[in-house]
Amino acid sequence: MAKISDLKLTLRAFLMAYRWRKVDPVPHAQLPRPLATCRVALITSAGLVPPGAPPFDPTIKGGDWSYRAIPDDVAVQTLEEHHKSDAFDHRGIEADRNLGLPLDALHALVAAGEIGAAAPRHISLMGSITAPGRLARDTAPRVVEQLRQDGAEVALLVPV
Amino acid sequence: MCHQTVGLVQGEIERAGIVTASITMLPEITRKVRPPRALAVPFPLGFPLGEPGDPAGHRRVLRRLLEMCQDGEVSTVPRIESFDVDSADPISVSRLPHPTKT
Repeated sequence: MAKISDLKLTLRAFLMAYRWRKVDPVPHAQLPRPLATCRVALITSAGLVPPGAPPFDPTIKGGDWSYRAIPDDVAVQTLEEHHKSDAFDHRGIEADRNLGLPLDALHALVAAGEIGAAAPRHISLMGSITAPGRLARDTAPRVVEQLRQDGAEVALLVPV
Repeated sequence: MCHQTVGLVQGEIERAGIVTASITMLPEITRKVRPPRALAVPFPLGFPLGEPGDPAGHRRVLRRLLEMCQDGEVSTVPRIESFDVDSADPISVSRLPHPTKT
């Protein structure tokens, strides 16, 4: 596990001064049926982009708040990483994209009957967003809409 | 910032009635954005599922997240649990290719 005190001085100073967005308490949702019949979607903030899709834009002030849909049948190692942060070691994800979007593990759990299905699409964000207003206002509702359209009952989220 | 991004999106998904659980490598930050369920993993930033090329390890992390989704709790209190690795091998960064971005 990482600790703020272990991070680089410049990053630490930024994090200590940063005004974190206030979040109202979230009522916990309940599974509508047993997990073994539920459809599960993955959401990564690793800035992964399917081949041919536009990359995340590292020049947007406050962070690129857009998202990319990732088809469940994509070859996971062909995803391109466009995360702009230097706060983490990129070599893990470069060696194995499953660290950002664990599609192989998800499919193994489907094959083992532990979950019902993988959602037909997953979601990729570029997590380095210091001005999250547009993320909350524009992107989050669209993410929710995609999950609903795809019939996802569970979403597992992976920051990097 | 990834942890705030994930936490904010997670909250909105859960509010829509979809059950969510997230990984965290920085529980100090995750606590500030109050997601409903988070699993604190003993891995460094950039390695949320642990070792690259370790499908069994990745499955163990996903299983724990899915277990948390089955809590059936009526609550608004964020639940942050720890993921303990029995064979807690440190991430072998030395075996990875030379960094292309630092």
